[in-house]
This record gives sequence, C-alpha cells and structure tokens, in this order.
Amino acid sequence: MTRISLTVDGRKVVDDVEPRMLLVQYLREKLGKTGTVVGCDTSNCGACTVHLDGTSVKSCNVLAVQAEGSEVTTIEGLAQDGQLHPVQEAFRECHGLQCGYCTPGMIMQSVDLLKENPSPTEEEIRLGLEGNLCRCTGYHNIVKAVQYAAEHGGSTGVSAATPADVEASEPQETGAHV
Amino acid sequence: MIPAQFDYLAPTSVEEAVAALGEHGDDAKILAGGQSLLPVLRMRLNAPEVVIDLGRIESLRGVREEGDVLVIGAMTQHSVVASDPLVEEHALLIHKAVQHLADAQIRHRGTFGGALAHADPAGDMGAPALALGAEFVIAGPGGTRTVAADDFFVDLFETAIGEDEILTEIRVPKHTGWGAHYEKFVRVAHQWPIVAVAAAVRTSGGTIEEARVGLTNMGSTPLRARGVEAALAGQPATDEAVREAASGAAEGTNPPSDLNGDADYRRHLAGVLTRRAVLAAAGA
Ligand SMILES: Cc1cc2nc3c(=O)[nH]c(=O)nc-3n(C[C@H](O)[C@H](O)[C@H](O)COP(=O)(O)OP(=O)(O)OC[C@H]3O[C@@H](n4cnc5c(N)ncnc54)[C@H](O)[C@@H]3O)c2cc1C
Ligand code: FES
Ligand code: FES
Repeated sequence: MTRISLTVDGRKVVDDVEPRMLLVQYLREKLGKTGTVVGCDTSNCGACTVHLDGTSVKSCNVLAVQAEGSEVTTIEGLAQDGQLHPVQEAFRECHGLQCGYCTPGMIMQSVDLLKENPSPTEEEIRLGLEGNLCRCTGYHNIVKAVQYAAEHGGSTGVSAATPADVEASEPQETGAHV
Repeated sequence: MIPAQFDYLAPTSVEEAVAALGEHGDDAKILAGGQSLLPVLRMRLNAPEVVIDLGRIESLRGVREEGDVLVIGAMTQHSVVASDPLVEEHALLIHKAVQHLADAQIRHRGTFGGALAHADPAGDMGAPALALGAEFVIAGPGGTRTVAADDFFVDLFETAIGEDEILTEIRVPKHTGWGAHYEKFVRVAHQWPIVAVAAAVRTSGGTIEEARVGLTNMGSTPLRARGVEAALAGQPATDEAVREAASGAAEGTNPPSDLNGDADYRRHLAGVLTRRAVLAAAGA
C-alpha cells in the first residue's frame, strides 16, 4: 500500500492505495464518484476524462499514486453552488447527448478545450475532442454544444445563463450521472 | 482490466532512479507519462515487480537552449513541447509533428522521452528526432553518455538505452528558419500513422538548399530517406522537381504488412507523402 493525499473536487483526501490502482478506480470505487465512467479497455474512448492539476487526462490511464499531491476535478465537481457549469448548460441546451455515457468525458474535455482556446472553430472543436468517442450522437450536437458554451461563458467557468434559466434547470443536478 | 501487483518507487533525482534500476534490474520498469506503459500493464502484456516513476524528478522536465542546441528534458509532456516557443522557433518539425500525436488528454501526460524510449515504429516522435539529427543523453551507473540519432533506434521497441539506464534529455541541433511539415496518413482520429513523413527544408529564393526527411512506420525503426535528401539539394521547390526526388522515398525501406495496408501500399504512400511533406515544408 502507498499513502496518497490529494484534493478531489475541492475536498482533501488521504488514503492508502495499491500502487496498481487506476485513478478512475480510485474515484469510483473508493470515493464513490461514479459520475466518471469507464468506456473502454484501451484508453481510446475518453469517457473517463477528468482534470489533473487543471488539464484533462484519461483517468483510466493514470495510477492513483501518480496523482499524489495533485488536484483532481471530476464531472461531479464542475457545478458550483447548485449552478451548472456553462458547458454542462450548453450540452443540455443543445441536446449534446443521447445515451449520455460519453457525456462526462465530453464535458470535461470541452472545458479543457475552451480554457486553451476560448473561441474555437468547428474544426478545432472536432480535433480537440478527437480523444472522446461517442457511439450515439454522430457528434453534431456535441460540437454545437461546445460552440454554444463558447458564446455563453464556457471558457471562464462562469455561467452567462440568466437566473431564470438556471431556475428552469432545477432540480436537475449535474446531469452527468449514468 | 487492471495491472498485476507491483511495488512503486518515486525517486526525486536521476541518481536515485538509476540506483533503483540497478537494484531491481530485470524486474523493474520505468514509468514516464504511462500512456504506453499503463495500457501494456493493464492488458497484462507485461508484469514488472517494481515500477519506477520518473514523474517526481523535476530536472527531467522542460526545454532550454544551449548555444546551437535545443535541449528537451525526457519528461517534458507532449503538450508542453507542442506549445513551447523555443521548439517552434528552432525545431519546427517537432512542433508540427507533436500536434498530431494521439489526442489532447494523452498529450497532457505522455512525454517526449517516453515516446522515444518506447520506440514504437509507428510512433510520431522518432522520425522528426532522427531527421533533425538529435542526440540522446542517457544516464547509467557509470555516469552519462550521448548517443547519436543514427545509433539510438535499434529495432522494434528497442533502443540504445540499456536495462540499467535512463534517457534524461534529447539534444536537438537548432534548425532555425527551416521550413517543416509532418504529413501523417491515418484512417481514424487519434491513432498511430499508417505511414508518416517528417520533412524539414532550408530554402533560398525558391531553391531547396538542404533537406532532412524522416519516415515513420516504413520499417522496424524510424528511417532517414537519405536518397531523397540528396536528390532534393539544389532543386527548385516545384511540384515537378519534388515529385521526382520523392519517388525514391521507399528505397531501402522494409515496411510492415498489416490490416491497415500491405508493404507495397506503404511504399506507394511513402512517395506520395514525401512529396506532400517536402512541398508543404518549402511553402510551395
Ligand atoms: C489511445 C492512444 C493513442 C496514441 N496515439 C499515438 C500516436 O498517434 N502517435 C504516437 O507517437 N504515440 C501515440 N500514443 C502513445 C503516446 O505517444 C505515449 O505518450 C508515448 O508513446 C509514451 O510516452 P510516455 O511518457 O507515456 O511513456 P510510458 O508509457 O511511461 O513509457 C513507455 C516506455 O518507455 C520506457 N521509458 C519511458 N521513459 C523512459 C526514460 N526516460 N528512460 C528509459 N525508459 C523510458 C518505459 O519503461 C516504457 O517501456 C498513443 C497512446 C494511446 C493510449
Ligand atoms: S475508459 Fe478511459 S479512455 Fe476509455
Ligand atoms: S451519447 Fe451515447 S455514447 Fe455519446
């Protein structure tokens, strides 16, 4: 066992883990953060995407011990004070999902993409999401959602939605649990 | 699947890491960004008893200049290489190629040194490093040694790095002002190339003065297309002249045959992609 201490969605955690434990396993099985999902065995699909010290990673391809001392943000940590992150809002607004399985990863990668490039072109969005596979939507509404988010505060993390919009979204939470 | 059990060491200096390697020998495996190693461990294709993580050794990260040489630390992540202004200015070919490696998440974790040490013949970093004549600094129990690009890649997934050694930095001669292009041919997003061509050219008034051409996935290691380089020197940067020179790109190669294409198909691709890469590098 190896002792790790890290911050997950704003909460400090200290744990003893087997070195072979994957970060995604740690998040799901030890912390109960099942919003982050596993979609493949090959590190291709991106469903497990989280932010590690502010940048997107595939949490199935990182060991929990490698996250020692780091800050992890999962889909469950995006909403602030009961208010969806603008990228979450955008996926809902544009119906950027069907079954929803790829959605946590899509949203986490989109947040990263908009942080690096606040107003991406359609091509830049498609390239920026190339590590995230969706079996349902044909990607079209996902791309639209990212464009919508870019126009509505998606790169800053502050929702430009009016209070009325937010109210209309209650009682939905992150919308990302599957 | 998850990896088999292993002990985990996270040294904070190269000396400590080399000592740990020396102690555990064959049973140990180096972990860099993990983007190739972790999939291998998860599929149980390998089950080391000890994993030595280089992630805590700060001195292995970053890009710096040393006179005519650009020094890239082995543990510098692909995303850092991709956005580093020194790399863009002095090694444009690497800057261009790394944008096409895998996807954003993998570029955030995977490292320049890890990709080169892994030596996947379809890996995107080998051909640019070879074409630019990079040198590889390797630390072992007896100190450090430097290996030339031509001697670094030995075979499929095999390099000059010994079992008790660690790649610490890659020294790239500056190619300031050279045009460059990486032409990667691939069927689906975020995957390894079927064939790719790395080209850097120094032009003057529409004439190619000097060219460097590296081939990805045309043999068990990245290859230099020296015949093409010689044929390009002194030629005008026109479609006709470059097409002629590029036609010999597959000479002396030994490409694989697999589901993505047979060897003949790859030989054909090498010529086509070399023409495209050189023309784009020359800005023609
Ligand atoms: C879905 C997916 C798509 C990918 N697509 C591409 C692609 O299109 N093109 C491409 O080139 N690559 C691709 N990769 C691989 C990626 O580039 C990896 O980042 C890279 O191959 C390995 O770098 P790493 O730092 O992650 O090394 P690791 O995975 O940690 O290590 C790789 C190997 O090198 C050894 N090693 C690493 N560093 C050192 C060192 N300093 N000294 C000695 N030995 C060392 C390790 O022991 C291990 O055997 C892809 C990977 C995935 C999962
Ligand atoms: S579950 Fe991590 S990439 Fe598919
Ligand atoms: S919505 Fe079903 S996989 Fe993307």
